[in-house]
Amino acid sequence: MSGFTGYIQLVYVLVAALFVIGLHLMNSPATARRGNQVALTGMVIAVIATLVLLIHDGTVTAAGWTVIIVGSLLGSAVGLWAARTVQMTAMPQLVSAFNSVGGGAAALVAIYGYYEAEARGAVLGTTSVFTVLDVLIGSVTFSGSIIAAGKLQGWIGGQPIIFRGSRLLNVTLAVVAIGTAAFMLTTASLPALFIVVLAALGFGVLMVLPIGGADMPVVISLLNAFTGTAVAMAGFVIGNWALIVAGALVGASGGILTKLMADAMNRSLTNIIMGGFGTGDSVVAVGGAADAHVRSIAADDAAIQLAYASKVIIVPGYGLAAAQAQHGVAELATLLEDRGIEVSYAIHPVAGRMPGHMNVLLAEANVPYPLLKEMEEINPEFGRADVALVIGANDVTNPAARRPGNEISGMPILDVDQARSIIVVKRSMGHGYAGLENELYFDPKTSMYFADAKKAMAQLTAAVKTLVA
Amino acid sequence: MSTALLTDLTIFILALLVGIEVIGKVPATLHTPLMSATNAIHGIVLVGAMLIGVSAHNVVGYVLAFVASFFASANVVGGYAVTGRMLKMFRRKAPEQSAPEQNPALNGHKGLRGMLSRAGKVQP
Repeated sequence: MSGFTGYIQLVYVLVAALFVIGLHLMNSPATARRGNQVALTGMVIAVIATLVLLIHDGTVTAAGWTVIIVGSLLGSAVGLWAARTVQMTAMPQLVSAFNSVGGGAAALVAIYGYYEAEARGAVLGTTSVFTVLDVLIGSVTFSGSIIAAGKLQGWIGGQPIIFRGSRLLNVTLAVVAIGTAAFMLTTASLPALFIVVLAALGFGVLMVLPIGGADMPVVISLLNAFTGTAVAMAGFVIGNWALIVAGALVGASGGILTKLMADAMNRSLTNIIMGGFGTGDSVVAVGGAADAHVRSIAADDAAIQLAYASKVIIVPGYGLAAAQAQHGVAELATLLEDRGIEVSYAIHPVAGRMPGHMNVLLAEANVPYPLLKEMEEINPEFGRADVALVIGANDVTNPAARRPGNEISGMPILDVDQARSIIVVKRSMGHGYAGLENELYFDPKTSMYFADAKKAMAQLTAAVKTLVA
Repeated sequence: MSTALLTDLTIFILALLVGIEVIGKVPATLHTPLMSATNAIHGIVLVGAMLIGVSAHNVVGYVLAFVASFFASANVVGGYAVTGRMLKMFRRKAPEQSAPEQNPALNGHKGLRGMLSRAGKVQP
């Protein structure tokens, strides 16, 4: 390592340290913004150092500078536009899109590395393992994330898409991709590179297509881990520590979130990748529930329960986000708080379409973050709650999960049934993703308020106002 | 196995362990911003995209450099911007008069905020 390059590498070490410090500051909402700024500082330093390296190197042609500068400016503009305009409900799509371009860029770095080495007739060294891995993982992430984003955006049906022979085709693609990749290691061959890229892209598509909407939090986390790994591999290819460290950090983060999400649904990763759950065609009747009585409630009665409670726990689910009712919920909660009622929110880990999604939606509706409680924290409190108000959440409140022998057995749930009374806001008696009857609805303590979440919040708020006026 | 490769592998493994340790402490409340922040961080691949320029002297090289720079910079800039935007919304206390984040029509409840009655309840 020559003197100058050595100094630049030292700068990259600083950059890696800034990334770690930035992520460390994300451990509390109070310091998280600073964390993001620290990480951004690291990124700016990395880009400047690389520019210095390129200028010092002096081999970049005018055309080379043009493509890099124009590409970066265009990319920045698109990224900034997307970040500024995205709705908070559409955050999972955006994160997926960023996973996609990140993985794609990492794959391109390796593709170029291989192409350039082949053109020079260079002997492929040990780094070629990483080049090949980068091409594989990066391509799978690129196409898989596009499909995930398309599903979340509604461009592609959210239902699992499985056609005849799709699994066989998927296995074939995997075998072709890995087999050809192994061949690439021993022989420099551009056609082989081409086949690997195509097969990996196809595999990414077929991997995500059969996965249902409710499993998206796991898929996004997994693809996030993939992108990180691809970037780390790109770091090996070009021998850059900043890329290796950043990629490893992202890989660790994505891996942890994948595990948390899968655990929160009590499902194994294999099970999710294989699809099947969330198809809604596997309805299992839970003993005696079908003929039990469901009590529905009017806005006035619900308002009385809420207005004269001393502790209310709100349980938001994806239905709330889908109905854009988060602002309405916040308004109702504020009204209750103004009466001196203790209000908190019980957030299940998979409420929403990506890890932590519900918290962002409620934060946008100006709900202070100390009121947002994680499952472990809020569960012991349900026993002291006068009213649990369930809005658009289903499977995560089903007490059937505590018993063995059904679709959701063993899944961690919110102990909503421990509350003194329960009001469930729901459009109909439809099933959740598990295709299971929710026993909570047949509990004598439960009243059903049948309405769209947004309308329901407006009606309940109006009723409470009338009551207390 | 070369010394360089061994060093790279060591760094990778250690960074992975540091990542597990650091990320494990992030509360569930912040998991979405965390994911978009790590998203922005993997945009560091922009450095790799730029370095393609060093030896790119033909159309293939230029096209790959262009697309890679485009992808990676969208990743970096968008990732940081959206993370910042999200984190700005996380407040310890409800704001009384602050400007609505996005859609004023949906934020019509500002006048209802009674800071006095809230102040006692919102524990840090």
